[in-house]
Amino acid sequence: MAKIVIDGVTYEVNGDNNLLQECLSKGLDLPYFCWHPCMGSVGACRQCAVKQYRDADDQKGTLVMACMTKANDGSIISIEDEEAKKFRANVIESLMISHPHDCPVCEEGGECHLQDMTLMSGHNYRRYDRKKVTHRNQYLGPFVGHEMNRCITCYRCVRFYDDYAGGTDLAAQASHHHTYFGRQSDGFLESEFSGNLVEMCPTGVFTDATFSAHYSRKWDLQTAPSVCVGCAVGCNTTPGERYGELRRIVNRYHGDVNGYFLCDRGRFGYGFVNSAERLAESQQGKGTGRRTVSEDEAVLELNRILDGGQVIGIGSPRASVEANLALLQRVGGDNFYAGVSDAEFAQLQILKQLSGESALHAPSVREIEECDAVLVLGEDVTNTAPRIALALRQSARNRADELAAAAGIPSWQDAAVRELAQRELSPVYLLSGYATRLDDIARATVVDSAPGLTQLAQALARTLDSAAPTPAATLQEEQKQLLGSIADDLKGARRPLIVCGTGSGSEALLKAAANVARALATARGGDQAVDFCCVVPEVNSVGLVLMAGETQSLGLALKKMQAGDVQAAVVLENDLFGRAPQSQVEAALAGVGQLVAIDQLPTRTTELADLVIAGTSFAEQQGTYINYEGRAQTSMQVFMNNQAARPAWKWLRKESETTLAGLLQTAETTLEGLAGITAILPVSAAAVAGMKYPRQSHRYSGRTAIQAAANVHEGKQPEDRDSIMAFSMEGMSSQRDTAVLPNTWAPRWNSNQSVSKFLDEVGGHLRQGNPGRLLFTRNGSSAGYFEPESAAVTTGDFTLIPAYQLYGSDELSARAEVVNERLTGAYVALAPHDAQQLGVAANDLVTVSADQEALDYPVCIRRSVKPGTIVAFTPAGQFPVAGAGDQVSLSKAQGSGQARFGNLIVSDLQQEGI
Amino acid sequence: MDKPLTKNIDMSRPPLEIAQYQAAGGYESIRKIAAGLAPADVLQQVKDSGLKGRGGAGFPTGLKWSFVPMGDNAPREKYLVVNADEMEPGTFKDRLLMEGDPHLLIEGMIIAAYTIQASKAYIFLRGEYIRAEHALKKAIAEARAEGLLGSNILNTGYSLEIVLHTSAGRYICGEETALLNALEGKRANPRAKPPFPQVSGLWGKPTIVNNVETLCNLPGIISHGVTWYQGLGKGVDHGTKLFGVSGRVRSPGCWELPFGTTIREVIEEHAGGMQDGYQLKAFLPGGGSTDFLLPEHLDLALDYDVIGKAGSRLATGTMILLDDRTCPVGMVGNLMRFFSHESCGFCTPCRDGLPWIEQIFVDLEEGRGSEKDIGILEDHLGYLGPGRTFCALAPGAMAPLGSALRHFRQEFEDHLSSKGCPYTRH
Ligand SMILES: Cc1cc2nc3c(=O)[nH]c(=O)nc-3n(C[C@H](O)[C@H](O)[C@H](O)COP(=O)(O)O)c2cc1C
Ligand code: SF4
Ligand code: SF4
Ligand code: SF4
Ligand code: FES
Repeated sequence: MAKIVIDGVTYEVNGDNNLLQECLSKGLDLPYFCWHPCMGSVGACRQCAVKQYRDADDQKGTLVMACMTKANDGSIISIEDEEAKKFRANVIESLMISHPHDCPVCEEGGECHLQDMTLMSGHNYRRYDRKKVTHRNQYLGPFVGHEMNRCITCYRCVRFYDDYAGGTDLAAQASHHHTYFGRQSDGFLESEFSGNLVEMCPTGVFTDATFSAHYSRKWDLQTAPSVCVGCAVGCNTTPGERYGELRRIVNRYHGDVNGYFLCDRGRFGYGFVNSAERLAESQQGKGTGRRTVSEDEAVLELNRILDGGQVIGIGSPRASVEANLALLQRVGGDNFYAGVSDAEFAQLQILKQLSGESALHAPSVREIEECDAVLVLGEDVTNTAPRIALALRQSARNRADELAAAAGIPSWQDAAVRELAQRELSPVYLLSGYATRLDDIARATVVDSAPGLTQLAQALARTLDSAAPTPAATLQEEQKQLLGSIADDLKGARRPLIVCGTGSGSEALLKAAANVARALATARGGDQAVDFCCVVPEVNSVGLVLMAGETQSLGLALKKMQAGDVQAAVVLENDLFGRAPQSQVEAALAGVGQLVAIDQLPTRTTELADLVIAGTSFAEQQGTYINYEGRAQTSMQVFMNNQAARPAWKWLRKESETTLAGLLQTAETTLEGLAGITAILPVSAAAVAGMKYPRQSHRYSGRTAIQAAANVHEGKQPEDRDSIMAFSMEGMSSQRDTAVLPNTWAPRWNSNQSVSKFLDEVGGHLRQGNPGRLLFTRNGSSAGYFEPESAAVTTGDFTLIPAYQLYGSDELSARAEVVNERLTGAYVALAPHDAQQLGVAANDLVTVSADQEALDYPVCIRRSVKPGTIVAFTPAGQFPVAGAGDQVSLSKAQGSGQARFGNLIVSDLQQEGI
Repeated sequence: MDKPLTKNIDMSRPPLEIAQYQAAGGYESIRKIAAGLAPADVLQQVKDSGLKGRGGAGFPTGLKWSFVPMGDNAPREKYLVVNADEMEPGTFKDRLLMEGDPHLLIEGMIIAAYTIQASKAYIFLRGEYIRAEHALKKAIAEARAEGLLGSNILNTGYSLEIVLHTSAGRYICGEETALLNALEGKRANPRAKPPFPQVSGLWGKPTIVNNVETLCNLPGIISHGVTWYQGLGKGVDHGTKLFGVSGRVRSPGCWELPFGTTIREVIEEHAGGMQDGYQLKAFLPGGGSTDFLLPEHLDLALDYDVIGKAGSRLATGTMILLDDRTCPVGMVGNLMRFFSHESCGFCTPCRDGLPWIEQIFVDLEEGRGSEKDIGILEDHLGYLGPGRTFCALAPGAMAPLGSALRHFRQEFEDHLSSKGCPYTRH
């Protein structure tokens, strides 16, 4: 702790930080642009100037940039000093000379850091009366808009995009006052984190193009704290609605999970909520006999079926805990099945088993960033859990911070640290099925099929701990050497991390990864848990496996259905055709009496259902989701579905009095894995006189007019009986409780930069605590190493490796119109040599024959696919021809496909193959 | 009078080849080193010599070198970088040295690199200096063939390679940290200091950046000794320096003269005095980013401190003269256009301040200026001053502007009253 004096007041600060950080952490208003808590200082904008005095006798002082000056003990500074104020006024005046002043038509207006800083720095009248510099804008794809004329040249965009997120196609170009931030030429921004530019840019250069298409001011959006349903990371978001339509999603700060950043799937994949395809009303009957039914009829019919006996429920990893619980409670645990593929279910069981082990720890995203040696086993994190991939890039940079510390350079001196460290990175080893986007930070990569990787992992476990099981195969010298370095780096690290997941499709690999982590824990002395990050595919995959019984696989359910043992099956937010082979699903459906499907969008399953129940999207309901680390988080309802769709839990509850809280309370007592979950429920204890927390801002406009086209009388605001929030502008201030805090907003701070006012320190944790709760209780010791199993041998020429894709593997976001432009469709990727042997070129069709099935796929040629393997991508809603590690045969087929391989988020596309 | 920097230079013939150069006493310093001078000994001699950097700032060279980590724990990779970017307006001294006697620079580089135990040395050469490029290339090859470069130089156990890099151009590349970024293939924005290049420079390794002329002083110091070197100067600073004159003098050029020579001597004797019909009105003593001095300063000695006390800087020692028939406002406007265009675009005051200044000069010239504009110019002086901007480019630009506003206020006012430039172009 250091003591510094700011404008005559003494503060206790962290002397390692810079003055700007400390001023902001103390709640003081000091304007800035180029500094960012995650990216440190570069001293470009000069907006944060303060006066610094040598000692108490120094009357004159010198101007320093607060962000570039260490908060040394005894520092005396002034923000209010006249010379400092004048300088800051000069800076903002400079920044504004070519600014178009188009606030009224600018998407950033009203939540613009530049607007805030302009006012704060005291620039009102323009003295500059000459020609402005103008730029040409670029087309950057369907996600992000570009209006370069608003640029103030703070360099944040490139620092985020390139330095922080590893992008390569955005750069600062030209110089002096013509400096330009864009791509070399028009075209999609390639980074899967491009959307963060919208929030990084302090002005309206980079804007959310999906928002611009149906724009509304920040204060006119109805918002609530929500959780991204894109993947299992559980990033916190703020969706905004107006006129019954979801308008955009922005980041909501969470100190342990997403911090300041989202991925593009999470930010831009919301379009399915507004889709014209949405199931607006419930329907009964099949084919031509299908008719719309009223809400009451639907309830009656559903209850009739549910009460009819011999009903099974098939839960969903993309439905909330509450929706699954409501179904489970209705059909009974013995009749509740996990709606995931059997292979994935087996993997999730392993995860569940490991979740109690005290030698392992599931790290949060923030903790991942702290790890200084990483081994990724079989998971393409960029495509399965992008926010974690972004965190891994920061893990790799820990080495730079170490070097800087040794050289006496503070870690926030961003450019200096990067220049010192150059390409030196903490060790990251990528052992995966195909080359991934993280290759550029890897010390070594191995590309192999799951069985190959499993053998390596088993051998690694053995290298780390001689008590680990003997690996099935012997390795080559080169492999042994590699494993030796991996083992040394993991053992020697301050905080090593093992990343694996369900993405490999292989249960054996997951077990081997667990063995590596256990062996590492032993090798490190065993008193500290080893970070073991097991990535799962969907927002509530973990929740589902905590609810479904161990034997309750989908395969079993389908068998029962096929056998005619089931009167009715209720499928919750799930398309069975994406979870099991078509033949099995068809046979099961043929055997079942009645099929009920609850969903938001039509699927092949809803097409075949006898009763289709219109469900709501995440934005139209409150729900709990459990992320990859066992963190239960509540996502609040943002707006009311104005058609006949209702939350699934409401359709399914037996008693109309059952509440969300009630469902969770029952679950907590009956389901071991959910113990403690009610602690996350936002409580209204603080509420005075029955007041609720408003979803609409104090500036929300036009409420009386919104319905005017239909009815001149102001309609009653919809009532929210389920939560402590209201569809209203009135009520308690939500700004004091992070559980209901949708947007940060503070006097003089209208942009997202206001978040600092809500944190214990900049870049730290939310002052009232980060919302959510970790459910895994780790008090068990390991049941012992998993024994290597010998894989069942099938015949064929190629080993299959499943691929996962940011755009396309997730059922919901893939149905957003803008995401559509980034989809590829199914394909198999081949090594160039194998393609040549088969006589196929990119987009030619090949027939892939497996045990049971044969399907045609367009070919993609990728440089680093291992010869003898194929990387197969199957979009959500379809089932792959074979599983991970299965042997398949390939033959050239007639015709060609049209997959847009340019959209792949990988690092080894064969140029001609695009 | 000894002229250790230019003794071999005769621009009417090609530069000396290595045999001739050695015959004239060249590379003696390296042989002295090989005979048993340790890096610390060389460092001590350079410190004792009082040599100051000739790149503009006049920073003591020995002191600068002493910040480089030495010994067994020091990083194995260290670099010497020669700043041969020479884009300062009015400056053409390094060019003379490189075109006229490339071996002198190479000899100096070997001394410097040996002293800091650099593993590699780079010459960052202004792209337009094609003649210098050819001369250096040839000389490097000759030195290599002679065993003066390459591995185990003269059996010292010390090895050195020299890489010649020709710049893609831009004034900011002469700023030593922007130069390092450019050399690394990055955008030529300057770096924050600290950390200084001596600690974290090229590729993040300890690096010394020295000006061409600075390095050319070293062979003399090591070959002939500190006492000899200190006997060269006439004034406070030691040794000789290249002084240049451009403007309306009879014979503009660049001459090696001892420190302490008066400005008058340089202008009147070496440059032949003003051309007929022209009178000296003012001059920038050390290139485009120094403050104007006036005829009353002509008898000042050319020493760093003397010029500093008079309110300007010796800097590169190449003077630009303003005569009585040239508009001072036009001259400063021209400099402002240069600096504005050469701003790297990194920090706000420079990037957005200089273009405004530039435009005001255009308006003054074209009769659209106003009193308010002059106030804005004055406002920018402090705003772009030392410590306010990220590097020294902008404060350098403010030097001629600020001094012009002090000395030529009337001329600025005349541009307002006569709605344009009162000087006739000639
Ligand atoms: C904008 C700018 C341009 C510069 N250009 C040059 C140059 O062309 N050549 C040079 O030697 N130094 C130049 N300098 C000075 C260098 O930054 C550095 O101080 C010098 O190379 C150090 O060498 P010395 O110690 O031998 O003088 C420039 C500085 C600035 C701020
Ligand atoms: S585009 Fe935005 S983030 Fe990038 S430099 Fe300009 S203002 Fe800064
Ligand atoms: S990483 Fe996952 S949770 Fe986070 S924004 Fe992306 S899709 Fe959503
Ligand atoms: S003063 Fe700033 S903008 Fe100008 S050259 Fe230096 S760093 Fe670049
Ligand atoms: S925030 Fe300090 S210089 Fe930009």
